[in-house]
Amino acid sequence: MGKDVRASKKSLSIIGGRLIDPFNGRDEEVDIHIAGGVILALGAPPLGFEAEHTISAQGLIVCPGFIDLSARLGEPGFEQKGSIASETAAAAKGGVTHLCCPPDSFPVVDSPAVVRLILDRTTQSGQCLVSPIGALTQGLAGEQLSEMAALKEAGCVAVSNAWQPVKNNQVLRRCMEYAATFDFTLFVNAQDASLAAGGCAHEGAVATRLGLAPIPEAAETIAVVTHLLLAEQTGIRLHFSQISSRTSAKLIAEAQLRGLAVTADVAAHQLLLSEENIDHYSSLSHCLPPLRSQADRQGLREAIAAGVVQAICSDHRPHENAAKSRPFAETEPGISSLETILPLSLRLVEEGLLDLPAMVRRLTVGPAEVLGLKSQGLMDGESADLLVFDPEKRWRVDENTLISAGKNTPFLGESMKGAVLATIRKGALVYQA
Amino acid sequence: MSTIADQQLQLNSKGQLRHFLNISGLERALLTEILDTADSFVSVGEQAVKKVPLLRGKVVANLFFEASTRTRTTFELAAKRLSADVLNINISTSATSKGESLKDMLQNLEAMACDMFVVRHAQSGAPHFIAEHVCPSIAIINAGDGRHAHPTQAMLDMYTIRRHKGQFEGLNVAIVGDVLHSRVARSEIKALNTLGVNEVRVVAPKTLLPIDVESLGVKVFHTMREGLAGADVVIMLRLQRERMQTALLPSEHEFYQRYGLSRESLRYAEPDALVMHPGPINRGVEIESEVADGAQSVILKQVNYGIAVRMAVLSMAMSGQMAEKNTLQVNR
Repeated sequence: MGKDVRASKKSLSIIGGRLIDPFNGRDEEVDIHIAGGVILALGAPPLGFEAEHTISAQGLIVCPGFIDLSARLGEPGFEQKGSIASETAAAAKGGVTHLCCPPDSFPVVDSPAVVRLILDRTTQSGQCLVSPIGALTQGLAGEQLSEMAALKEAGCVAVSNAWQPVKNNQVLRRCMEYAATFDFTLFVNAQDASLAAGGCAHEGAVATRLGLAPIPEAAETIAVVTHLLLAEQTGIRLHFSQISSRTSAKLIAEAQLRGLAVTADVAAHQLLLSEENIDHYSSLSHCLPPLRSQADRQGLREAIAAGVVQAICSDHRPHENAAKSRPFAETEPGISSLETILPLSLRLVEEGLLDLPAMVRRLTVGPAEVLGLKSQGLMDGESADLLVFDPEKRWRVDENTLISAGKNTPFLGESMKGAVLATIRKGALVYQA
Repeated sequence: MSTIADQQLQLNSKGQLRHFLNISGLERALLTEILDTADSFVSVGEQAVKKVPLLRGKVVANLFFEASTRTRTTFELAAKRLSADVLNINISTSATSKGESLKDMLQNLEAMACDMFVVRHAQSGAPHFIAEHVCPSIAIINAGDGRHAHPTQAMLDMYTIRRHKGQFEGLNVAIVGDVLHSRVARSEIKALNTLGVNEVRVVAPKTLLPIDVESLGVKVFHTMREGLAGADVVIMLRLQRERMQTALLPSEHEFYQRYGLSRESLRYAEPDALVMHPGPINRGVEIESEVADGAQSVILKQVNYGIAVRMAVLSMAMSGQMAEKNTLQVNR
């Protein structure tokens, strides 16, 4: 980046942009004035206010900072993949001002000490707010409850067993009851371990042709049903992370209609890619959950449009080159995706699935509601977490334009439409193009 | 893999074979060329001096990441009959067990001036990965990858069929048994359809068929009576005993009763139907001894033709890879 962004917590005016703030139902051209880390005024500047720094945003969009419900950072434990410094810088470039990191780091986020480590490292080198998700079970082993009261106190915003299975339904039920005691939302990566065992690709014609061990759709849907039924009994709030199947979306919609407190997110790339993308044994498209059929993708798109799925997340997983440079099944799943979440979401707008305010909603209000945040969006006195983007600007994804340590994306070499020009976190300019 | 991608990876700029990874992407004319070339090599095995000098001075490395006796031996014989120097690398005691990555290990071998790798690997797509990302200038021959492909086995089966049936047109071919785990079946289905048979069938219980198997270009049958009716060729697949432990089948007995090829079930097929098996056979599990050794069986001939077919593939890929290198040097 080369710029001294940390020091630039100056007073700031953003002039002439189109403000889209779904927290307040706002979509209009209005100036924003920022000082002391908070929003001072919208519209006319306060009397006598002179900004030290001005961003001219004519023809650009200004919106609240994106909230990402799932981004892995590498740190702690997998520093060859990324660090809190490198990946939060990538987040800032992607327009993300707040991200949640899943508990499957090393060590696992199952003790207050690990939570504090992540928060301390973020204070030292982070470019966005990082909220750890605590482990549901000790060591994510799926057997013993984690110390959830302590995790809550330490700052975890939710609990999850990530992709690790919980031993049986009795343990899962107890986990739900205990988590509900502390008013946690349970984040669920829905996957039945026995049905998914050994698999690396969606069970369908492509995996059959390539001879790849499959992960059937039922591995996800059975887990969705199990969690929904147990949640109904235990009263816990459920959030399904990164669903991949059309049927899952339908099951979640039905549960919402029954009045269950259940939400869901989907990774941006699941809305654009499908099983055909692994057709060339392309390890860069090796994901978990796997890229599924075009019908699944269509179902997910409908669920995003209808609001059954409230949030688009990055599901960012940076990897070192070696992790992707093996025969397909041996490669590690995941895409480095923080920096493409905006242009990928904009494709949904271009294709008419969402309008621009609805897209911004899925990246801001949607995830904020999942987390139960009290954020009021861009209003006087609120923390100045926002971004300025150009929905038309083109850029090319390559190893040099990506600042994440992970260069693993199937979009390498592709032209993207839509770029973040500035990201402001607590009033400080953390990224500027 | 998509046909176009498969084609681009396997052929040089003149459309000649340079890697042999998969039947997909290869046109009928090229498959026929392999069979014709194999024809010319069959007689080499009958000479007193069983050698031709086509690969003299070339180094062929057999890289078997998965155990194999027959396939490795026939590849070794094929390379030696072509006068190549053959390197057999025992992978289990070698580098990858010491933590060296596949990529590093192969690049080391490349640095030792190998010209061709014959690769067998437990992971589907491993030879493609090597040809595309690790050693593109070395000719890569797929000797079986995971559940994906075993193209030389498929071609020697095609050779056997052509030799005994004269042509592919009009033939009904039934493939019986564990299609789910079978790379042989996937490659055979592709080759048979490319060469223009009338119909390819698979006969198995649903537990041994992959999802959407019809998309490979087959008709599905669950009984021998229906599946073998009018069949001109019956290809039996090997059934691994481990399958009983993973709830795919109740017992060997029930499988043999329903899907074993016995003198009785063979009667459903045409009277002159060929009986084939990629080996190694499990007598009494998927095939009755009397059928395996019977007049309609060509199982041992398959093994013999395997050497000639592999000679054809090795010599064609080596020449296509050399031609590509020369083209690149001229253009430079």
